[in-house]
Amino acid sequence: MITLIDGLSLGSIYALIALGYTMVYGIAKMLNFAHGDIIMVGAYAIMVTLAATVSPIAAIIAAIVICTILGILVEKLAYKPLRGASPLAVLITAIGVSYFLQGLAQLVFGSQPKPVGSAWKLPAIKAINDIGITTSAAVTLICGIIIMVALTLFIKYTKTGSAMLAVSEDRGAAILMGVNVNKIISITFAIGSALAAFAGMFYLFQIPNTEPTLGAMPGITAFTAAVIGGIGSIPGAMVGGVLLGVIEKFCLASPLAPYTVAIKFSLLIVILLVKPTGLLGKVVREKV
Amino acid sequence: MAMLEVKNIEVCYGMIRAIKNISFEINKGEIVALIGANGAGKTTTLHTVSGLLKPTTGQVLFNGKDISKIPAHKIVTMGMAHVPEGRRVFQQLSVLDNLKLGAYTRTDKKEIAENLKRVYEHFPRLAERKHQIAGTLSGGEQQMLAMGRALMSNPDIILMDEPSMGLSPLLVKEIFTIIEELHKAGTTILLVEQNAKMALSVANRAYVLETGSIAMSGDAKEMLNNDDIKKAYLGQ
Repeated sequence: MITLIDGLSLGSIYALIALGYTMVYGIAKMLNFAHGDIIMVGAYAIMVTLAATVSPIAAIIAAIVICTILGILVEKLAYKPLRGASPLAVLITAIGVSYFLQGLAQLVFGSQPKPVGSAWKLPAIKAINDIGITTSAAVTLICGIIIMVALTLFIKYTKTGSAMLAVSEDRGAAILMGVNVNKIISITFAIGSALAAFAGMFYLFQIPNTEPTLGAMPGITAFTAAVIGGIGSIPGAMVGGVLLGVIEKFCLASPLAPYTVAIKFSLLIVILLVKPTGLLGKVVREKV
Repeated sequence: MAMLEVKNIEVCYGMIRAIKNISFEINKGEIVALIGANGAGKTTTLHTVSGLLKPTTGQVLFNGKDISKIPAHKIVTMGMAHVPEGRRVFQQLSVLDNLKLGAYTRTDKKEIAENLKRVYEHFPRLAERKHQIAGTLSGGEQQMLAMGRALMSNPDIILMDEPSMGLSPLLVKEIFTIIEELHKAGTTILLVEQNAKMALSVANRAYVLETGSIAMSGDAKEMLNNDDIKKAYLGQ
């Protein structure tokens, strides 16, 4: 039970990151491999703001604002000029952006892990801590669910949300509806990066250290989750993320612990063999 | 003044000139048909009018304003709707969501609701299926949805690309009846069709495209009786 809660909590972190991958893929038709590093930037933003203000709330707000702006900037400066270029060029650019952000963090903060600061602490909640559930797991799980529900409602019930679905399904037809595709892509990067900031925050609750490569592993795991769920599918990213989180925690609690990473990524291979579009992915029909 | 005036446009795909020096015009309230064989440049012309493609030379004047350099999504707000070839409805969204997206550029909630009512009057089938996912509609229904979606932007002019494509003769008739109804209600329509007979029978005037140029133009009813047209496009 406790392992399950831990798994769901870790899974909701993965799901938040996976949502960024899947939304950007669905709408901009590209894999943003720099997405994981946005989490890292968010973590450093929390550390720096915390050192300056000692207010966790200010740190969280700063992380969200900085990540959102960074996401929009990266899209405008690095990806937008490549609109219409070959997918490979865009992919390589994304990897370049990823290394750039990691290098920049190393230059500014050094390559050693740094503690985020003693002000970054969740209060103990006796009732749940006594049965073995950490406060961070509970907070992450509850906030994760709230954020995912909010995102789902946003996509389903707002005009911008349906424009996002429209662009993701048929960009040309969306333009004919009067949708400004560039604006929708910017909004998508903004939302994805804000979600990454949240993921960075929850990550720091679990491991209160920042380092330049902090985003790499959660990033690649969440990308795997997005593919397992069916890349481009929003519920798929949530399912894939939660699934991987739960599997990871159960593996770690079992004698299979040393093989956790191998098991996580083998799952991808198995699922792609059985269902190449991912769990909730849709078969793209050829248009005649 | 013509509502839409296309002046000497030329469009290239890379090195290939798809249309050469095409000019035509449409007056308010008219149905004008562009007919021609496969690859004559009909769809390219339509895409250039609605801004999806940019002409290398020439102008597209809409209500007197040159729109040839304006992005397509802004042209929609100026009162032009384009029903694309192959319908291109949003398959994963409901009928109602598709129609709402048609009104994406508008903010006047009350008028949008009235517009939706009008669309349902033209297409009662869409009203019956408003919560159905568009991908599960039949071809004819999807064509109706694509047309209804275009009407939701309350356009001055509608461009229709091959509305009869892939439909049974019965449905083709139904779609063209609706086109005539829309015309009677005052909508200006630029109609691109391979089904020349149907197109000419509803249109006021027509232009014949041949390998990227206009080969002939004139009154649609006269064209129906023109021997060359009969031979080349009507299969008689």
